[in-house]
This record gives sequence, C-alpha cells and structure tokens, in this order.
Amino acid sequence: MADERILLQNIPWCKGCGVCVGFCPTKVLEIKDNKCFIANRDKCILCGQCELRCPDNAIWIGGKK
Amino acid sequence: MNCNETTKKYYRANKLPHIWCPGCGHGTLTNTIVRAVDKLGLNKDEVVIVSGIGCSSRAPGYLDFNTLHTTHGRALAFATGIKFANPKLHVIVIMGDGDSSAIGGNHLIHASRRNIDITAVVFNNNIYGMTGGQFSPTTPFGDLATTTPYGNIDKSFNLCSLAQGAGATYVGRGTAYHAPLMQKLIENGIQNKGFSFIEGLSLCPTYYGRRNKKGSAFKMHTFLKENCVDKKVVDKDPEKGKNKIIIGEFYNNPQPEYTESYQVIIDKLQG
Repeated sequence: MADERILLQNIPWCKGCGVCVGFCPTKVLEIKDNKCFIANRDKCILCGQCELRCPDNAIWIGGKK
Repeated sequence: MNCNETTKKYYRANKLPHIWCPGCGHGTLTNTIVRAVDKLGLNKDEVVIVSGIGCSSRAPGYLDFNTLHTTHGRALAFATGIKFANPKLHVIVIMGDGDSSAIGGNHLIHASRRNIDITAVVFNNNIYGMTGGQFSPTTPFGDLATTTPYGNIDKSFNLCSLAQGAGATYVGRGTAYHAPLMQKLIENGIQNKGFSFIEGLSLCPTYYGRRNKKGSAFKMHTFLKENCVDKKVVDKDPEKGKNKIIIGEFYNNPQPEYTESYQVIIDKLQG
C-alpha cells in the first residue's frame, strides 16, 4: 500500500529560522521570503527530521489533506 | 487548527506562534516535554507545569495542562506547595539557567535536598535572553554578554553536579539537538519518585549566539552535535570526553520521597 503521508506546513507559524532546511537530508526545503518553502516535494522521504527540529511546530508529516 | 496531532492535543494552539526568536532551542525542548508526557500516557488533568520568569518560563502559557507562571526563581517553591496539596499530581517545573541557579538557586538546592517528587527541567541557553543578553551563572568563561563586554571572568555552574550534590535522585543532561535523549531523560525523570533534575542545553541565536559569533541556529545545533559526548562513551574511554560537554543520565538513585515521608508521620500521629 502506498504511503499516504505527506509533508505539511503552517506558514503563519514559521519564522524562517532555517533549522529544518539545514537538517533536511534530501534538500526538499528552502528559505523564500523569510519562510520555509517546500521546493522539491517529490524528493521528501518522510524522515521527519524537520518535524523533530522545528521549534515552532510549523512543519510536520501528516495524513493527506 | 493547522498543526500535527501532538500539537493539537497538548498545546493551546490559539496562543501560537510563540514569542521565542527564530531558531530558539526552547521550542524544540518544550516539544520534548510534550512528547515525554504523551509517551507515558499521562492524564492531562493530572499534569501541572510550573515556571518562573524568563524566556523559558513562557512555555506553560502555550501548553494545555494545568499551568502556573510564577515569580522569578520561585517556581520550585510554588511547585512544592502544589505537590504537597495534591501528591497525586505530576508536577513538572520549567526554568531557565538564571531562574534556576541565580535568582532561584536556594530553592533549587533545597528542593533537591528534600527529594520532593518534582521533575525540574532547565532550559539552559547560557544567557538572560528576555532582558537583553546579560551574562548568567552558566555563561561560559570568556564569553561575551551585554554585561561582560570584555569577556566573562566568572566560572560557569555545572548545574547537574550542583543538583546531584544537593540531593536530587535523578539527574541528566540533554540538548535541543539531542531531542530523543532529552525526551527519554524527561520520561525517566517523571517516573522517578523523587526530585529529578534534567538540564536541557538550549540555544539562543539572538543574544548569546550573535554576540559570540556562533552563527545561525542550524550552526548552533551542529555545535551541540559535535561537542557533546554521552556519559556511557566517556565511561568506557575518558579520552573521548576531553574538552567536551558530557550528556546523558548521570545519576539514578531512588530515595524516600518527601510527601510520602510526611504522610507516614500523619498516619502515625492519627494512630
């Protein structure tokens, strides 16, 4: 069965600190206009590093919207 | 609310985003407490989070437990009262380095000595962040702060040794980078029937980091990754601990708990 989980964001909570960008092992994320931006969604391996590191709970792996 | 399940369950999501600066380690450390409570499956109504004053002490405002934001350095005194009034509560105290070891230093050593069943978590960012970056008792020797513009000549406290020396029965140190270890230490601390002291090395990219040229928040995480060694590794090979920060579980020695000892006296006098 295909993995139904997906990388999700709450942009208003993001402060653009770049911690998730630094920890992402597959370079999915970038900083754009002082916020985290999912630039390469297809590269995401759902490892959850961003969710573990984000101080603002603004990015996480969740069920499909 | 647009967030993950643990945030939905344990945070007052309508109070977010929090006040902390971009990249502040306190958000990550607060999450380790939330995940520890979730892992242990504690009833939210039986958990009390108490804090003093400072950046770290903003945490209870965002958490959906019984919460109390008290005066500077006095979080442990208020928490002692709470635990005494209702010993079945799980009392977790969040303090900063200044709050716990300077303004509340006396409360810390005496709460440790009494071995009252409280889990004290210190978010140590090496600075007084909220008031503009004055040096604290854990600012490393030689580092810069607004009140030590030519370098700090005070030696910093080893908070874990202080708490252990004063009588805490569970002592450990984690970091914002070592979040899974931090979570495990907090879980063990909550389960320890007695005073548990867990120091969490945080990071302050705004005041401490910028003034001491530590780089971005990610770079400060990398510093913690590269400069911390687990006690288990150092126990096997002391060479590996040279000039490093030792983390992990330091002390776990359950002793008679304060409210239980008090109950014994009450029961005895009631015959």
